[in-house]
Amino acid sequence: MSKPVKQIHLAAHFPGVNNTTVWSDPEAGSHIEFESFVRLAQTAERAKFDFFFLAEGLRLREQGGEIYDLDVVGRPDTFTVLAALAAVTERLGLAGTINSTFNEPYEVARQFASLDHLSAGRAAWNVVTSWDAFTGENFRRGGFLPQEQRYDRAKTFLDTALELFASWRGDEVVADAASGVFLRDAAAGSFRHQDAHFDITGRFSVPRSPQGKPVILQAGDSDGGREFAAASADAIFSRHGTLEAGQKFYADVKGRLPKYGRTPEQLVVLPAATFVLGDTDADAQERAVVVRRQQVSGQTAIKLLEQLWNADLSGYDPDGPLPEFDPVVGENTIAKGRASVRMHRDPLATAREYRALAEEKNLSIRDLIIQVGGRQTFVGSAATVAERINELVQADASDGFILVPHVTPGGLDEFADTVVPLLQERGVFRADYTGTTLREHLGLDGGPA
Amino acid sequence: MTTGPHLAVALDGAGWHPAAWRAADARPGELLTAGYWVDLVRAAEAARLDFVTIEDTLGPRVDPFNPSRDGTDQAVGHLDSVLVAARVAPLTSRIGIVPTAVVTHTEPFHLSKAIATLDYVSSGRAGVRVRVAWTQEDSALFGRREIGEVDLADAKFPDLRSPLSELFDETADYVEVLRRLWDSWEDDAEIRDAATGRFVDRDKLHYIDFAGKWFSVKGPSITPRPPQGQPVVTSLAHAVIPYRLAARAADVVYITPADRTESESTLAVVREEQAAAGRESETLHVFGDLVVFLGETAAAAREHKARLDEFAGAQYASDTRIFVGTPAELADDLLDHHAAGLSGFRLRPAAIPHDLTAITEGLVPELRSRGAFRTDYEAKTLRGHLGLGRPANRYAAV
Repeated sequence: MSKPVKQIHLAAHFPGVNNTTVWSDPEAGSHIEFESFVRLAQTAERAKFDFFFLAEGLRLREQGGEIYDLDVVGRPDTFTVLAALAAVTERLGLAGTINSTFNEPYEVARQFASLDHLSAGRAAWNVVTSWDAFTGENFRRGGFLPQEQRYDRAKTFLDTALELFASWRGDEVVADAASGVFLRDAAAGSFRHQDAHFDITGRFSVPRSPQGKPVILQAGDSDGGREFAAASADAIFSRHGTLEAGQKFYADVKGRLPKYGRTPEQLVVLPAATFVLGDTDADAQERAVVVRRQQVSGQTAIKLLEQLWNADLSGYDPDGPLPEFDPVVGENTIAKGRASVRMHRDPLATAREYRALAEEKNLSIRDLIIQVGGRQTFVGSAATVAERINELVQADASDGFILVPHVTPGGLDEFADTVVPLLQERGVFRADYTGTTLREHLGLDGGPA
Repeated sequence: MTTGPHLAVALDGAGWHPAAWRAADARPGELLTAGYWVDLVRAAEAARLDFVTIEDTLGPRVDPFNPSRDGTDQAVGHLDSVLVAARVAPLTSRIGIVPTAVVTHTEPFHLSKAIATLDYVSSGRAGVRVRVAWTQEDSALFGRREIGEVDLADAKFPDLRSPLSELFDETADYVEVLRRLWDSWEDDAEIRDAATGRFVDRDKLHYIDFAGKWFSVKGPSITPRPPQGQPVVTSLAHAVIPYRLAARAADVVYITPADRTESESTLAVVREEQAAAGRESETLHVFGDLVVFLGETAAAAREHKARLDEFAGAQYASDTRIFVGTPAELADDLLDHHAAGLSGFRLRPAAIPHDLTAITEGLVPELRSRGAFRTDYEAKTLRGHLGLGRPANRYAAV
């Protein structure tokens, strides 16, 4: 018996505040004005995407003790934008990142339950954790959380929020004017939760929302993050978009589900993906090179290298060779508020690889950073990209992709107009929405209990 | 500019009467839907009201003046009002939208960017009403801090330091942080200078470095300065301690005088506190709050109230004055208090849509016929409706 053809899931990521986003492009619009959000969300909905995704960062990034000014700076408030987008879309899921460290479960649960009501069942929550004292300086409690406790707190934060969502069964509101009974159960919404992180009690003020609870997304890649996703998430937002790495990740996280009594289709795997399209594959390749050079200016190359080197490299020429000294080992003090810095786990080994590569290919700092920064996930004609996406999904390297355009707000238009119709022709992507809620779009039931 | 009072309506579920949800035209099954709120705010906008406020509390709403019989007879369940405001904003174009935000347990950094973003999605129509949460029940929802036993009567004593006065001092700090964060980006901080590769001019981004008794906030905000520069801050006040907060921190304060004499005396206290706060030269609007039961005749208004009271099994009571009468009588009353110095009114419709419609289709035309209310909006922003200019940025070099 042949394997059934999988349906692809697609999401649109609002371009972020890193160098993937090319703000210098003549087509680039505002990252703050609401019309930019409307444009991208309506394009995604026109293309029948599963959801729109908005990231979050709670302190402006700094490097070398100064606010980092080479990338887009500034973001709106996640909940406020998603609630406003619910007014100008009808079916598109609305997903946002909300940090579990600098919030409290009662408030976040209220906000997501409200968003789910106001969008008639389209809310999703990307649960992230952080621990840094740098971000904590913007909050009452400061940077209170040791790094090793972050997933533990995130897990109990989510569990607590899930208890709050479940504090209303859904049948309590009668609102019968004749008899004068509004509520069948005078204690509806009552809860009590106590653990090492939270000790709260009372009544939850938002009756059960259309989805019961928002779709839960998780993005961590560490063992702790994967386990968290397997236990608690409806979808996982990974960074493994290639065939081999994707398949390995996919098998790993889906393999963790049985111990939580869950089946493979209950966790949707969605790597982030960038793309460059062209009339022909060769045309797209050429455009991709141009985009990479836009994304990595000489100044940006130096700043990215500083994040690995953990040192001030402002005196170096981006068109010249790598620094002769080795990266400074120890706590990264050069770049603050940036998750990617944590990816440099062994800076000395990475530097050795960089040196070997630069020597072999005679690369300048900028050329090297362009090369190691990796090319776009999908480069090619619409037909090539559609085929590649479908291959990866059918080969269980993913269940779909979260697409990250590099230009705001029109960067998804070409994909929507050219790639999506080809996927629809193949019968691997919906021609229209069949459900009204995000859970229905993703083929999910009620989610982890 | 039309002279006459500013007008706002205070939206709260099916209305302020606990049995409002049982009125014949109520929509009790839709209180948690977006469409319900859009309809109400659009109705207020069609009448050219200055703004709507949206009530909110952390836990289920409890009305101490009108207790529930057994927990099943009142409408329970409400949405986060900042999200409701954001959901309504793109579908309206001129009216100000003022959600309520609890400031006692929440983060000023989050609220600042939320209201700034509301200002973006509404193109300059955002405000916020800040609200203290003093009860043990509120604290237990967050489980982060113990707040001493609060006696609301302490609010009447200007020189008494009490758990209550501490909460209001904390609120003043909170609003200071909101305002500094709104100014933490200068208007022209985003430069997109391709020549130098810089997206922002970092000299125009400012750390706010707020350090107070209750919290410290570094800044800058993650959200650029909102369209209005400073969204409108409002608060409700019944006594001197909350008047002082408004005098220090707000653009609009809602007061609850029982009659014209009390309007005048309260106004005098607010102005004294305003002077003490060094804000004489700034505009602080003082609005009278009243609950309205309206009818085409005085008898119809009384019957309307009697019917709701009968449903509730008790006479309606309130923290503020209750008006029962016709739109024309209400117009007389409002103009009388306006003459006493109140710059506007926040009307609490006892039942929605009944009393909201009586405001928009009865009271407003009545005021217009007397030349006392705008026939169309004369500004595009909430600050503009209230005659407040766009303020200079406190951090901008002059």
